[in-house]
Amino acid sequence: MSEINLVQAVNLALARAMVEDDNVVVLGEDVAAEGGVFRATDGLLTRFGPGRVFDTPLAENAIVGLSVGLAAQGFRPVAEIQFTGFIYPAIDQLVSHASRLRTRTRGRLTCPMVVRSPAGGGIRAIEHHSESPEAMFAHIPGLRVVIPSSPARAYGMLLAAIRDPDPVVFLEPTRLYRAAREEVEDDGAALPLDRCFVLREGTDITFLTWGAMINETLAASDTLAGERISVEVIDLATLKPLDSDSILASVAKTGRCVIIHEAPLTGGFGAEIAAKIAERGLVSLLAPIERVAGWDTVMPLPRLEQYYLPSEARIVAAARRILAYQ
Amino acid sequence: MPSAEKISELPDIAEAARDPAAATVARFEIRYSRFLDPKGKAVRPLPDFAADGAELVALYRGMVLARAFDAKAVALQRTGRLGTFPSALGQEAVAVGIAAAMRKDDVFLPSFREHGAQLWRGVSLVELFLFWGGDERGSDFAEVREDFPICVPVATHAPHAVGVALAFKLRHQQRVAVCAFGDGATSKGDVAEALNIAGVWRLPLVFVINNNQWAISVPVAQQTAAETLAQKAIAAGIEGEQVDGNDVIAVREAVARAVAAARDGAGPHLIEALTYRLSDHTTADDARRYRSDVDVSPHWSEDPITRLRNHLVGRGQWAKADEERLLAEVSAAVDKAAETYLATPPQQPGTIFDFTYETLPNELVDQRRSALGAAQE
Repeated sequence: MSEINLVQAVNLALARAMVEDDNVVVLGEDVAAEGGVFRATDGLLTRFGPGRVFDTPLAENAIVGLSVGLAAQGFRPVAEIQFTGFIYPAIDQLVSHASRLRTRTRGRLTCPMVVRSPAGGGIRAIEHHSESPEAMFAHIPGLRVVIPSSPARAYGMLLAAIRDPDPVVFLEPTRLYRAAREEVEDDGAALPLDRCFVLREGTDITFLTWGAMINETLAASDTLAGERISVEVIDLATLKPLDSDSILASVAKTGRCVIIHEAPLTGGFGAEIAAKIAERGLVSLLAPIERVAGWDTVMPLPRLEQYYLPSEARIVAAARRILAYQ
Repeated sequence: MPSAEKISELPDIAEAARDPAAATVARFEIRYSRFLDPKGKAVRPLPDFAADGAELVALYRGMVLARAFDAKAVALQRTGRLGTFPSALGQEAVAVGIAAAMRKDDVFLPSFREHGAQLWRGVSLVELFLFWGGDERGSDFAEVREDFPICVPVATHAPHAVGVALAFKLRHQQRVAVCAFGDGATSKGDVAEALNIAGVWRLPLVFVINNNQWAISVPVAQQTAAETLAQKAIAAGIEGEQVDGNDVIAVREAVARAVAAARDGAGPHLIEALTYRLSDHTTADDARRYRSDVDVSPHWSEDPITRLRNHLVGRGQWAKADEERLLAEVSAAVDKAAETYLATPPQQPGTIFDFTYETLPNELVDQRRSALGAAQE
């Protein structure tokens, strides 16, 4: 067992899945000799050869589209889209085909594929490299949408995604790729794709978040802990299908809730969670739900991105408003 | 569309010698082929398979069946018993020629006007009626289990064909993927991307453009400035050619040649089959809004079915009695399938959920329960 970061955990899971199942192939732009621009596929070409790890021509729509064809033939393609800002041409394939092949053919043809993509801002990247479009994918019936926020969850959830018989969009928080290390045992154990993770138990207020916002959220809970406020922090990890029961159980316990996400506020996935709580947990609420999210603006370039990304201060302020609510 | 046998202007080879700094570095030609003229007369020696009268009769039957299905589907739609339907009237040779050139274990990825190919390969009349009647079971083919279902969003199945062909190549299987789409599809990035990748990877993949001259109301001349659609292959480094798409012998011969080459590892191929859409785009369309009957009627003289029948009659291999027997047989099969379709009850409402995922997530289990509760109220 060794301490690894999130991108190394992705690499470890890919290698593990490829050893386990000859049908797993890795494809995308610069994934072979280059090992991926973030090195997520580093060493896989050498280890598994060009029949298992291959570069595609530069065409995101076709990368996902040809993965549909491979998957229908029984392969388990793991396609990398280099940055989530480039994934939009491929949404056609995800909406029109990958997510509905099973339904359209009544199970005759299926689509066991994973589309991996680094997502989110905060790495001072150039334009179109800092997007958080998870809500778009979560709106598509037939997909799973997974966002790991630690090396161990990246390892276990990527293995689960690759083994899953249906298409999975796997968004890797770029900001967390090398942010922290933890011990990850390469034991091939998958984590569930229909459950959220309670990172901290608490009794006064629930913080619901996912992806890179885990860091600011945990920092905010530390700050509040110093004031003897007990925060329950939940990493949703899988947005679709959503583990509503765990969310509702937490809100029933605390009666207060802040939803934190990096994507723009309007139509963000936080809206779906807030609606779920309003529908099924309203009576347990002691205060209005707050959402701390990215603004409804275009993702700014790096010199201003700190003003876009939700900060610890904004989360703490939202929590204080709720706690003070009479 | 441009005339047949268009060959782009050939550069002056001596030019390079005169001025190496301004040499022509690439040039191309697109060949066109036809075996039967519109009257069914052979204009050149026929390919080997056509020596066999039985083989030609089978092709003829395939086209007649496709047309009978087509007519029945339109009739059912007009009487409110089928959904919107895209007729393939006049384009039967493209579909049947493709399918007759394939092996059963090859994979076909159709657009939405290749019923004739699907029927030839083993998709049943009932399945086709079910699909166009709005029932997903119509795409759960009992035979050809690996064939793709009809693709409605134009061109978006072209990348799937790349994936299927790549699967064959990775597994060292001697199988070929065949992907058909219309002229309009060639304007989309999906086709450009698929051609390009198929070329780079030398995939066992044959693209067939079912060029019926119209993408709903937009003619090919407004779709591209290129002289041919076949030449779109050239930029992808693969071979492209044109055939008379109303000559089933020409389609079958060209596709068979391309499929055989692909099977032998020679890579992909693009065939542009020139045909004409005699019908409206679909039953929801009225083509007279954008083209007149005067434009359409000359194309009836190129009808692929009449052409092959005239040829067979001329060879003494088809007589009035044969025709009557075939029409009766085909019509009975189509009527019986239509009855079976009409007598098939809709699926249970719960099935709208059941194939969303292999295992239904809890949220969908709940939604399914509410939906079924509501359905019973």
